[in-house]
Amino acid sequence: MQQFFSYTVSGMGTAAIYAIAAAGLVLTYTTTGVFNFAHGATSMLGAFTYWQMRFAWHLPAPVALVLCLGVLAPLFGMLLERGVMRYLDGTSETTKVVTTISLMLGLLGLSLWIWNPSASRPFPRFWEGEVLTVGGVRIPYHVVATLAITGFVAIVLWLMLKRTRFGVSMRAVVDDRSLVALNGARPHVISMASWSVGTVLAAMAGVLIAPSLKLSALPLTLLVVNAYAAAVMGKLKSLPLTFVGALVLGLGTEYLRGYQGSLRISQKLMPGFLASVPVVILLVVLVVGRSPLRGQTITRVRETVQRPTWAGSTGMGAGIVLIAALLSDVLPRTDLFTLGRIWGLGIIALSLIPVVGFGGHLSLCQMSFAGVGMVMIQHLGGRGSPLALIAAAAVPAVLGMIVAIPSFRLSGIYFALSTAAFAVLMDRWIFLLPRFRFLGMDWDIFNGGSLDLRRTRFFGLSTEGNRAFFVYGAVAFALVSVAVVAIRRSNYGQRLIALKDSPAACATLGMNIKVAKLGVFAVSAGLAGLGGALYGQGMQSATTESVQFLSSLTLLMVMVVAGLNSPGAALFAGVFLGFGLNNVIFGKLADLVPDRLGWAQGFFDKLGTNTLIVVGLAGLSLGRHPDGFVATRLRPRWDQILARPHALLGIGGTLGVAYTARVAGLIGNWPFAIVTLVVLVFVPRVIIPKGPGANAEDLSGDPEEVMIRASARGH
Amino acid sequence: MGEMALELNGVRARYGSVEVLHEVDLSLRRGSVLAVLGSNGAGKSTLLKVTAGLHPIASGSIRLDGRNVVGWSPDRLARRGVCLIPEGRGVFPHLTVRENLWMATHLGVTRKDAEAMAFERFARLGDRPNQLAGTLSGGEQQMLALARAVITKPSVLMVDELSMGLAPRLADSLYESVRQIAADGVSVLLVEQFARTVLGMADRAAIMVSGRVVIQGTPADVEAHLSSAYLGG
Repeated sequence: MQQFFSYTVSGMGTAAIYAIAAAGLVLTYTTTGVFNFAHGATSMLGAFTYWQMRFAWHLPAPVALVLCLGVLAPLFGMLLERGVMRYLDGTSETTKVVTTISLMLGLLGLSLWIWNPSASRPFPRFWEGEVLTVGGVRIPYHVVATLAITGFVAIVLWLMLKRTRFGVSMRAVVDDRSLVALNGARPHVISMASWSVGTVLAAMAGVLIAPSLKLSALPLTLLVVNAYAAAVMGKLKSLPLTFVGALVLGLGTEYLRGYQGSLRISQKLMPGFLASVPVVILLVVLVVGRSPLRGQTITRVRETVQRPTWAGSTGMGAGIVLIAALLSDVLPRTDLFTLGRIWGLGIIALSLIPVVGFGGHLSLCQMSFAGVGMVMIQHLGGRGSPLALIAAAAVPAVLGMIVAIPSFRLSGIYFALSTAAFAVLMDRWIFLLPRFRFLGMDWDIFNGGSLDLRRTRFFGLSTEGNRAFFVYGAVAFALVSVAVVAIRRSNYGQRLIALKDSPAACATLGMNIKVAKLGVFAVSAGLAGLGGALYGQGMQSATTESVQFLSSLTLLMVMVVAGLNSPGAALFAGVFLGFGLNNVIFGKLADLVPDRLGWAQGFFDKLGTNTLIVVGLAGLSLGRHPDGFVATRLRPRWDQILARPHALLGIGGTLGVAYTARVAGLIGNWPFAIVTLVVLVFVPRVIIPKGPGANAEDLSGDPEEVMIRASARGH
Repeated sequence: MGEMALELNGVRARYGSVEVLHEVDLSLRRGSVLAVLGSNGAGKSTLLKVTAGLHPIASGSIRLDGRNVVGWSPDRLARRGVCLIPEGRGVFPHLTVRENLWMATHLGVTRKDAEAMAFERFARLGDRPNQLAGTLSGGEQQMLALARAVITKPSVLMVDELSMGLAPRLADSLYESVRQIAADGVSVLLVEQFARTVLGMADRAAIMVSGRVVIQGTPADVEAHLSSAYLGG
């Protein structure tokens, strides 16, 4: 019994912290309509800031707490509203979620920039070692304090939201922003206050939990994934139910940890499972919860899904293969090895287009499917068998259909959370499982954490060499991109877009919604598995880190910034993440800076090695350009250029001359690469200063006005 | 203070490059009721939006009690006494009736007084103060929206299509409430598609066609031109 009380006390301490974190999430969602994926990153930043003031600068704890939670956190919340969130009105839930994901990545990058991740930072608990004894049960002071703080937060929040006009206004802003203004209140001030309070709660949770996670950036950032389950139990709106959810989560995890020895489950399987308990609870709540959970419905959004032309798409595919063939001839084998991974990543990025772009289902687990694709190559492609490639697409496709099942009753952010839970479950448990015996067979899913991946042989043709693999990857990417365009132009693609706009209308027209959803998930997961296979074969080995949840978020982020519906954006995502484009660009910039400007060199070096911060910063502009830069800036101009033989001839000629100069040794790789980039990206802007993309450029500015303009044009 | 509560002179407004209001001139005499009529797409709702500060004007002037209010935000205009009940139930569906009424207390009325004023005029709302507004019937939602107008004691009340989606008898009773608000000295601008409902209670009326005010005068003058304005004859 003593043991039971001891687990209960410990579980309640954890539950209290989850409750504060989840309350912040729910508050922000109910008062702004934005589910803040950056909530955990804000917690992490709060914890690091407190550590800096308390333990690096040695400020007294009360002063550090007041500065951190009373001054900096609210100011940061206001800044977020003013600089980022204000521009998200009228955008789809996908854009909103992705913007907060970009914020999360940016904050993670920022913390890695400021605080060296390899340095040790002791973070003792409040009242470390002091214990209160009640009826023989020892309760640490910090647990008592955490419970008291949580109770105080619960009462203050409830009173604020239910009993003050300001709190009621915070909830009203989500219903109708304009109507709030017509009542004489200031919506932006109210939103700022909401973000401030949410940020304070996030920072508070971070400061309280950091001691048990040893002040490490990534675990603290992902802590909030655990709090999702509590927030979802409160249906993202009820604070009391959220607190109950946190209690279930905290106690459930602690009891399971405490009594695992007495369970009849192989102890080998337990460590990863224990870490996954919060996401398993999240999945269970989402899948078997009493009523369907629907995300926000926005009748008209600023994003558009352009219909790509056949000429443009096949032209792009042929161009990619041609340029890849030319590059394979001039680039050194080591560079070709590095570049080989861009095609796999590009195909995984392409897999997002049908499911997120056309279908509107926010999938946060594409890299998990990619990981399954890699596993298939590991276990079935030992001799380069092409059958392994088929399995790499087929098994994730089946898995994709299973992941799609919650979409029958979930939509919007709730479905996104179920895919996040699936990804985290794969990361924390399935991919980390040690060798085990099941159904009379030995299973070692991720080969002890590292895969050794053979490249495929097709009817005697080997792709083992780096040159051959580079061209083969380009051909595969081109074929998949044309296939994605074919889906968009087909009746099925149109049905998917219609389904995104109005499931009810589609159902009344006789469409089988479930089959359509299962289909798009199967296709998307299959492509992601295929992409994963090529990505892994490009690297010839893979670890679990390369397919983690965070990688899925980063890929989605880059894809949305570039333009979610465009195959060109997928190519950009592949090149940016596969080649480490920011590393190359900022590394070169650092080399160009004179030695006397050491600070500038350091700045560019840091930017070069910190992909997260670059990606995060890029994503924060999404509210202003929700269609992405490839779809609105590049592709429309290229569509026009393809219809102008003279322009096409000029561009082709310039590239031909540059290539000849490179082959003849007149210029090096870098000048050749710069000329190619300028010709492909900037020359179209000169030839067609105001392409058809001008329409898309109109979709910037005040969100309300934009929606009205869009409706006037019949978007 | 002049005799005009609200004056619009040469107002133009655009959605992108499309001009939807062309040189609109309108004036609302203090304490009177002005009915603006017109078919769908005539620009009536846009007219109210620009007057309430929800949409910018391209040129022209809008004067409230003689003061130019072009560029003012909706909340600033609301605090200066402009109250708009927008088309399609101007309520917060996820707030209770009571909380909806609190939203109208930004201008200094206490909650207790707000509830007393609202429930005195609309007793049906008093029966269900803790019901979510989104679950009220259409007529009750319009009552709630009108109750807000009663609480804020505006100098100018603008109502967009009050009768939309309501049974004629219910619409008549709501217009009766508007008549009582006007009788308290509030200047009222009514926008409606169904002309005869509001002409009976208006002091002056205007007809809009394709973003232009084509006729302005007494209700009797306007009624004579109704068919030609609506049917393009």
